[in-house]
Formats: sequence, C-alpha cells, structure tokens
Amino acid sequence: MAMTLAEKIIARAAGEARVRPGDIVTCRVDLAMMHDSGGPRRIKPMLERIGAEVWDLSKVVIITDHFVHERDGDSVAIQKTTREWVAAQGLDNFHDSEGICHIVLPERGYLRPGMFVVGGDSHSTTGGAYGCLMIGIGSTEMAGVLATGEIWVRVPPTVLARAEGRLGAGVAAKDIMLMLCRRIGISGANYKAVEYAGPAVEAMPMSERMVLTNMAAELGAKAGIIAPDAVTADALAEAGVAPPGTDGWRGDAGAAYERTVAFDADQLAPQVAAPHSPENSAPVDAHAGTPVDQAYIGACTGAKLEDLRMAALILRGRKTAVPLFVAPASVRTAETAKGDGTLAALEEAGARILPSGCGACIGLGPAALGAEKVGISTTSRNFMGRMGAATSATYLASPYTVAATAIAGHIADPREFLADATP
Amino acid sequence: MSAGTMTLECPRAWVFGDDINTDVIAPSAYMMAPVKTLAPHCLETVDPAFASSVGPGDAFVAGENLGIGSSREQAPQALMLLGIQVILAKSFARIFYRNALNLGLPALVCPAADAIRAGDALAVDPLAGRVENRTTGETLACEPLPPHLMAMVADGGLLAHLEKRLRARA
Ligand code: SF4
Repeated sequence: MAMTLAEKIIARAAGEARVRPGDIVTCRVDLAMMHDSGGPRRIKPMLERIGAEVWDLSKVVIITDHFVHERDGDSVAIQKTTREWVAAQGLDNFHDSEGICHIVLPERGYLRPGMFVVGGDSHSTTGGAYGCLMIGIGSTEMAGVLATGEIWVRVPPTVLARAEGRLGAGVAAKDIMLMLCRRIGISGANYKAVEYAGPAVEAMPMSERMVLTNMAAELGAKAGIIAPDAVTADALAEAGVAPPGTDGWRGDAGAAYERTVAFDADQLAPQVAAPHSPENSAPVDAHAGTPVDQAYIGACTGAKLEDLRMAALILRGRKTAVPLFVAPASVRTAETAKGDGTLAALEEAGARILPSGCGACIGLGPAALGAEKVGISTTSRNFMGRMGAATSATYLASPYTVAATAIAGHIADPREFLADATP
Repeated sequence: MSAGTMTLECPRAWVFGDDINTDVIAPSAYMMAPVKTLAPHCLETVDPAFASSVGPGDAFVAGENLGIGSSREQAPQALMLLGIQVILAKSFARIFYRNALNLGLPALVCPAADAIRAGDALAVDPLAGRVENRTTGETLACEPLPPHLMAMVADGGLLAHLEKRLRARA
C-alpha cells in the first residue's frame, strides 16, 4: 500500500511494514529536544518521582532560549536548574543561549531525513523542513519519552499543501502561512500532517521552508513536512551531516492524501493577520495605513538569516519611524548577518539588535509590548496578551512587511519600497 | 477510581466558547512562576471571575479546538489546581488533549457540548462516553476514552502509570 512521507517515517519508527491514518502505534524515538521552559525544571522532578533514568543521553538535546533575556530571580533559577541537570546527567548535546531551539537544532546537524523526533514545544513541527517527522509534546509526555524512549502516536492523515508558480518580489513563506491560516483555519489541520510541495516550495531556501513547517502548528497540525531534495542536502552538508541521507524519503506515488489545498503563489499578495489570531489575515491592502507603536523582527518563525536579509532589502538607506527591534533567531544567524553587512544595514536604519532567544514572542525582554500598545511582528502567534500586556495588540506579517511598516509608521505594502530598493 | 466504573459528579459546569488557547489559560507573564501562582490568572482575559469562583469537582466545557497554541502543560495543570475534574469540548487541540490525559485529567470529545449551560450539574462517565445533565435531565453522548488511555487516566496520569510499569519490571 502506498504511504505518504509522514506515514513512512512513522511505520519505520514503529517497526511496521505499513501504517494507515488512525492506527495507534508505539514509535521508537530517534531524538528528543527540550528547551528551558518545558525541559529539566519540569522533567527532573518527574523522572525522580518515578525513579527512571534517561534511556539514551546521546539522543537528547537541550537548548535554552525561553528565559535567557531576563535577569530576574525566576529565570536565573530556571537556567541554574537546567545547567545543573545537564551536568549531573553528563549530557553532551547542550546549547546554552545560542539561539532558539527550532533553529539551533538543524543548524548543529541534529536533524536528518527520515528521523522520528519529538520536541517539548508546540513549534517542533519546524524540524519537518528537513524531511523528518517532528512532533510537539508536553513535559509529562517528554518525561515518559526520556524514561522509555517510546511514545504512542495516532497516525495522522496527511494534507497536501501545493504551491504552484513562484512567489513574487516582496512576498514570503510567511504570507503563504497567514493565507493558509485564513483559508483552512487555525484548527483546519488538527491532528493531521501537512506536507508542503510544488514549484514555489522547491524554489525556497531552507529557512523559508522552515516557516511553512513552523506554522503548521498554527493550523493545529501534528507535523509539517517537506520531502528532502538538493536544497536539503546542501543545508545538511553545511550543518556537517554526512552523508545527507536524503534518498528515498518521499511519499510513494499514489499515496492517499486526505485533502489537497492548492494555490497559486504568483497571485499571492503580502498578508497581515490582525489581532488576536493568525486566522484574522487579509491581503496587506485591508490594513494599510493602520498605525503601529513598534515593530519586531524575531522568533523561530521570523528572524532567520533569510528573514533578516528580507528586512535589510527594505530598510537599507532608510530610517524607521517607530522603534524596530530585531532579535536574530540564533547566535550563528547573528554572526553571519554581521559578516555580510545585513545587521549593519538594519542598525543604520534605526533597528535595535537584541540577543537571540524567544524574547518578545512570549512577552519577555525590552521589546515586550506595554499596555494598550500596538505592534507588528514576524512571530507566529498574536493571541491576546502573548507579546506583553493583556491590553496590547499584535499584527503578524512577513519580515518585508514588518520592515516596510517600521519605515512608514503604519502598516504598509513592502512592494512599494522594493521598487526602488538599492540592492 | 477504578477503570471499570467511573462516574464523575460535577457540581457546576463552566462554559467557554471556541478556540480557547493556552496563552489565555496559562498567561505567559506567569510562566516562570509555579502553577499555584499562575492559576489565579487562568482565563482572566476571558472571564475574570473564573479562577476565584470555580470549585472542586467542577466541569470545564468548551467549543471547538480547546487548548490551541503553546504546548505549555501549565494550562491543564492550572485547571486541575482550580478544581476542574473533567473537560468536555467539541474538539481539542492535539497537544492540550494529550497533556490533560497525561496529567490524569479526563478530556472528552463531546460534539453536543453546546447543550450544556453555565452552572449545570453534570454526571460524566468517560468509559461509557456519557454525560448526564442533572439540571436539565438530558443525556448527551461523548466519545468514550480508548481503554489504553482510560487505564492511564485511572492510574492518575502517565507518570503514575509508568511508575507502576517500572515497578512491575523491577
Ligand atoms: S520564538 Fe516564539 S514560537 Fe519560537 S520557540 Fe520561542 S516562544 Fe516559541
């Protein structure tokens, strides 16, 4: 029986010849990733309570990113607990304040096509851009994985999202996701795997593909996945993975998709999601002219190298009208962006560069929104109060649109700024 | 509680709408604090009276897609700490659903949840997949919990269940 890519990976991890959507199977976990919020501070007491040891330390990765901006008592205590547990376990795969977990994980070569991976974060779907199946789980479930190396899963049906054509100038993967949030809804792919394909996806660099899989979480999906190709192989080689192992990890011809959502990337305009849901999206025209108090380019969704370059394309040689904060997604991203002049272009335009971490995406650090403030952000969620005060409001958009808005002081179509951009 | 029979008597139902996300159930601002500090702020942007008025054994009833967003386990934990003993929703976001069950909090898919009014007294049988509304006399069907999940919930959640397994192995 023909299987989709997601089904193939689950079948392999479960030791079954084939699986069907709806089957409940137990999978062996190839890799488990945790961050400082859901990680050791919550896992340690649970493992102690049940008297369990970590099943395989070489398969566990810990990355601190959530509370690294703050310097108060609580976050210091959380980081201390994390470091002490890592040291006591003798865990080698530890990345402390090096960037956001979903970015650092593939950057350091942990992900490979075909792997079955769990992550202690809802955006763990991001990893699927590398052709693996990566699902998000809660802390108690993570403790279970650490104790046994296994997890039960219900095999998800796969939804195929097919992007025909090619994205226009000033339009990004983020715009595709905001459009999909509206079109299929923030629960539209609940319990399902979303596989992205089509010429517009194939043409994307990895960091853009990671926006598609990252925001599969906003569709409610269990996983987002993209079949590995030459672009994936190059990225794996760059991360030091050899051999890349991209072969064979694609859906079978004739595999059954639950539903296909096809759209024309050529026709897509920049999108903006109004408060307080990613589903409230519309083409930028609908919101053009709406004033904002501040702009944020950050998070796993929106501050990777490619994201910073998009912003620089708009900002170079211009000045921001409202405060613009930029928190590169990882230390390595910041270094590369420094080396190629991207960060300098952002700073000259007036951007304030912040340390790498989750920061304002969860309402922490200097870019958190104050009471009654309106922000525009490259992050993935604009739920009420998420980015700061309960009375603040956030618009979501691509790095292009956020940069254009920072210059204009109100929501603006980035394509107007690209026409005369100095490359 | 044994896995054989189980009727949860809920003095009052607390009824919420669709798309209640984990950022409002467990606000980010209190994420670094222990759950007992966070719990009084549970759902404060949606219903400021909820956290101070909900009582032991009450039922939490919601519409579609309950628990979307962040994977934070503090969301079901806060509900449990406030006294909620069962959750009924027309549908759940995947991670929230798993988290609730893993913590030993029964979460049931109840397509007819709309028929429940705020303050109704309920008797819920997760195994049979049945909700009796003591206030209106109505009986509603919900999806029964699969036996392997029921066993875990009856043990008090995933950890207690694992502990039992590890002990049996030792
Ligand atoms: S940047 Fe935001 S979305 Fe990404 S892992 Fe951190 S908190 Fe989650």
